[in-house]
Amino acid sequence: MGVPIIEIVDVGKSFSGRTGPTEALRAVSLSVDAGEFISVIGPSGCGKSTLLRIVGDLVEPTSGVARVNGKSARQARLDRDYGIVFQTPVLYDWRTVLENVQLPLELAGRSRQERDARPLALLRLVGLEDFRGHFPWQLSGGMQQRVSIARALALNPSILLMDEPFGALDEMTRERLNLELLQVWSKSAATALFVTHSIAEAVFLSSRVVVMSPRPGAIDRIVDIDLPRPRLDKIRAHPRFFELVTTVSESLREDPALAAGGAAGRAI
Amino acid sequence: MNSTRDNRAGISPRRRLGSLAISAAIAVVWEGGKALFAIPGYKLPHLHEILVDFLREGAGGERWFSIMAQNAGYTALESLIGFTLGGLTGLALAIGFAHSRLLERGLLPYVVASQTVPVLAIAPMVVVWLGTSWFSKAVIAAYLTFFPVTINMARGLRAIDPDALALMRALAATSRQVFVKLRFPASLPYLFTALRISATASVIGAIVGELPVGSRFGMGVVIINAAQYYNWRPANLWAAILVSALIGIAFYHAVVLVERRVTGWRPSAPAI
Repeated sequence: MGVPIIEIVDVGKSFSGRTGPTEALRAVSLSVDAGEFISVIGPSGCGKSTLLRIVGDLVEPTSGVARVNGKSARQARLDRDYGIVFQTPVLYDWRTVLENVQLPLELAGRSRQERDARPLALLRLVGLEDFRGHFPWQLSGGMQQRVSIARALALNPSILLMDEPFGALDEMTRERLNLELLQVWSKSAATALFVTHSIAEAVFLSSRVVVMSPRPGAIDRIVDIDLPRPRLDKIRAHPRFFELVTTVSESLREDPALAAGGAAGRAI
Repeated sequence: MNSTRDNRAGISPRRRLGSLAISAAIAVVWEGGKALFAIPGYKLPHLHEILVDFLREGAGGERWFSIMAQNAGYTALESLIGFTLGGLTGLALAIGFAHSRLLERGLLPYVVASQTVPVLAIAPMVVVWLGTSWFSKAVIAAYLTFFPVTINMARGLRAIDPDALALMRALAATSRQVFVKLRFPASLPYLFTALRISATASVIGAIVGELPVGSRFGMGVVIINAAQYYNWRPANLWAAILVSALIGIAFYHAVVLVERRVTGWRPSAPAI
């Protein structure tokens, strides 16, 4: 297809704990092309968040290597190739909505002009322009997460890392934000790596869904999502959508270690 | 949302009425207790006697409210300088501790030990070392001020959401940027909690610093003199206590006022 932008080669990760080392990931390899939207799905403890953090150079792999844009993950981070969204919005309480979105530009030492223009455009894109002067506590959880997405895109990153960004939101808000995320993402040039617990969310958003199994975390299967884009809400009623949801859900269930309740709790 | 902010701006009539009622209740308990248990004036003077004492003429012909005001101003200034010195010292120590576990492990025992030594024992020594000027009093005030700031701020600087730090890392922030844009602003609520404690402690420090022989101004001197004449004129000491308390209360409220300005982003700064 395209040029590989993320290359994960034989990555393993062990955490040392009180009861000895725990193997979180074993021999994970994955290649992501530029412009793809990849979802990583799996039960709690399958290491999917760890995998995302290894790509973002927030966690060091024990073995193997992650390369991004042809560089080491570390160099990519120092070059500010990443935008990141966490499960909680992680907005700085003492900054207004606009100031939160400006943060990455400030840190990168961008010009005053750029610091003013781009965040406003992004807030417009996520529909929060009128809330630019509000403080985070004055916004709902869904609105806060929108601000967080706008902030992640502030530096126009080539990689957008999202660690269960809608996991704490109710189903209706989550579906609306899925749609908005696709709109915002399609206007950016970013390749997306998205960790989730929700099968429907993964299928709706992605070009490919990576299904992981736990203990130690490993890739079970990769499901191609051949639904057309742009994807609108009505695609959720499409027979092909159901087929794909079933495929992903069956690959998750094939692993006997997985209980049906994989959707609860939080990954490492 | 806006109503919370409006409520903070001024004191509602209801609250004003409430504090008035409490003052009245204290007066009733004071005078009632005095009458009921027949407490003599040298143990507990009448409230009006304390107020009247402010109008009495002192030895130099000046009225006592003027004498009190001058000495209170002197003590307040010493406290303020001590508070500033102590606050800055506390902040510097906290930043050091937050950056280096080694420094914390090495220095913290002495910081704690410094607060277990009674300030009454330290004060005369400091006065001998630094003289009887305002400076020695400010140093003693600083001695009581820095500790809460160090302990609270060190905790605040460390109690940062790991994801907030991960965000900074993902954005390739320098450690200076992490401090200025995340650690420091995030720990401001901790700092102000400490400053509230320190505000009153600094006044105590300044007064204790004025107690040793050789001091000429300040509430500590007024208190020592009033204590010597207590049996003869008990209201004078009570008046001095009242004034000293008022300095502490004023300091505390000044800190709260600044806190509300600085951390105005918060949904509601904790009330008094």
